[in-house]
Amino acid sequence: MNLSKILKNGFLILVACLVLTACATKKSTETLGQLQGDVYTGSDTVKELASGVPDRVFFATNETVLTTASRETLRKQATWLRKNSDINVVLEGHADERGTREYNLALGERRANSAKDYLMTYGISSERISVLSYGKEKPVDSGSNPLAWSKNRRSVTVKAN
Amino acid sequence: MQEKCWKDKMLFRYLFILLILLPIKVFALIEVDITRGNLNPLPVAVSPLSIDKNSKSNFKKILNKENLGSEISIIVENNLKQSGLFNPLNKDAFLQEPDIANLKPRFEDWNLIKAQALVTGKVTFVDEKLRVEFRLWDVLAGKEMMALAFTTVPNNWRRVGHIITDKVYERLTGEKGYFDTRIIYISEEGPKTNRIKKLAIMDQDGFNNKFLTLGNELVLTPRFSPTNQMVTYLSYFKNLPRVYLLDIETGMQEVVGDFPGMTFAPRFSPDGKKIIMSFAKDGNSDIYTMDLENRIVERISNHPSIDTSPSYSPDGKHITFNSDRSGYQQIYVMSSSGKNVKRISFGSGLYGTPVWSPRGDLIAFTKLHKGKFYIGVMRTDGTGERLLTENFYQEAPSWSPNGRVLIFYRETKTNKKGEGFSAKLWSIDLTGYNEKMVVTETDASDPSWSSLLSN
Repeated sequence: MNLSKILKNGFLILVACLVLTACATKKSTETLGQLQGDVYTGSDTVKELASGVPDRVFFATNETVLTTASRETLRKQATWLRKNSDINVVLEGHADERGTREYNLALGERRANSAKDYLMTYGISSERISVLSYGKEKPVDSGSNPLAWSKNRRSVTVKAN
Repeated sequence: MQEKCWKDKMLFRYLFILLILLPIKVFALIEVDITRGNLNPLPVAVSPLSIDKNSKSNFKKILNKENLGSEISIIVENNLKQSGLFNPLNKDAFLQEPDIANLKPRFEDWNLIKAQALVTGKVTFVDEKLRVEFRLWDVLAGKEMMALAFTTVPNNWRRVGHIITDKVYERLTGEKGYFDTRIIYISEEGPKTNRIKKLAIMDQDGFNNKFLTLGNELVLTPRFSPTNQMVTYLSYFKNLPRVYLLDIETGMQEVVGDFPGMTFAPRFSPDGKKIIMSFAKDGNSDIYTMDLENRIVERISNHPSIDTSPSYSPDGKHITFNSDRSGYQQIYVMSSSGKNVKRISFGSGLYGTPVWSPRGDLIAFTKLHKGKFYIGVMRTDGTGERLLTENFYQEAPSWSPNGRVLIFYRETKTNKKGEGFSAKLWSIDLTGYNEKMVVTETDASDPSWSSLLSN
């Protein structure tokens, strides 16, 4: 089971990389400078947990794989959590509106868990992290366009106490 | 939250008296074919139910309705019209007065205005109750097709109209109606980024709307029990998304099972004894059931992919569900024990929200393809896929109890820039014809159709 998951994730990363490189060359001149592939790279909705520690990571459509930028953000969060061992967090997983409601609830849960898994590999105890999926119920951007959707595909780390 | 209707249901049951049911001569009488898109709806005249002076003033006192007889006939007309199969004729053209309830109609008069079927009847106030008699006539053959009478409490007057429609529909189409039913749905208000959602219930025609929750917590995906007194839904009470069970009659609510994580996508088994749902843990969603009597929880699917949106076949032997085990959302069918998993959707695009038809032969679904959302149906082996309607965003079909109509919800943008939005309930015939918006007080989503209240 684990093996198949790893293989699958590995495959998805590979595909994501291919897509990203393909799109990077094509889209480099487009005005949507806040998107790489279809992963949001801007910062207008991002808040900080502490100075220099962004609170959220973004995902590609239908994906739960963490991008390089997402991993960097989560490493910063892990460092901050190690320094502040009295703080627990809730990881809120979200999806964009382009999916059926029930599937998106599961997808949000999976996204939050991929962030959780990464924090755990950087030494944060699972007891300090809870996961909550909102599916597509709580968009930050109410628009119906690729940029809005990319901001809504996210996992947000929120202080629990 | 107390629901008077449910008690009255029993009253209906006991007081339903079959007056006369003439031997059926199918060959001679009119019939409506509902298996095809009906572009020539049957012209039908619904004569206002006649009402005597005394009954009229009594009903006016109790219900504040000037003429209950014509009010009920209007309900019947609207129902017949909404079905798309019938064309109720304008009452101004009627040559014969309503007081024909006990007489044979002058068929030539009705023939003249091109009515093919005629509904007549009368409503009386007897022992504090409402008594209704009605007859259905075949105008061309000059014959009575059906005559029925029943008694109920006056407050049920709208249901009287729905029951008459059900009987007329059944007699003319050969299939059970779906008019004496209710819809449970999510009422929505406010901006998209901060939407207030409430559980709401209304009659099938949009009347008698009631809110069942206050909007303090997010609620989603309510579904009726086949026995109609219970609803299962997802609530974010205390920010813990869990499947709940609600007794509409008493207002009692409880969490279904004791799961260490999110449970969602609930539905009842066809016998109403189990709830089937998804449980998500550590990034993996699988399908579980809980027996409502002995509280035993069973794991049905076990796969590292997302398995959700389960729906039983009407015989309870199979389950259709949504899984991304192939990489993307597709529809699968398995036995009720979770064995013999088979993928049935193979068209281009993603498939979600499978719902088994109450007739057993079809599965309705939502399909996403090239940025569009479709509501469609396929046979239970995946063949014969038919897309009924296409739009920017729509999902979550629910079947009418006779399996002839689907209700779903659709979000639309108010301008081309994709700004502003509204969510509404829509219905469409299985034939792909007769697509109509279902009017609701607020924005609405996640509809679920009850079974027939009286039967």
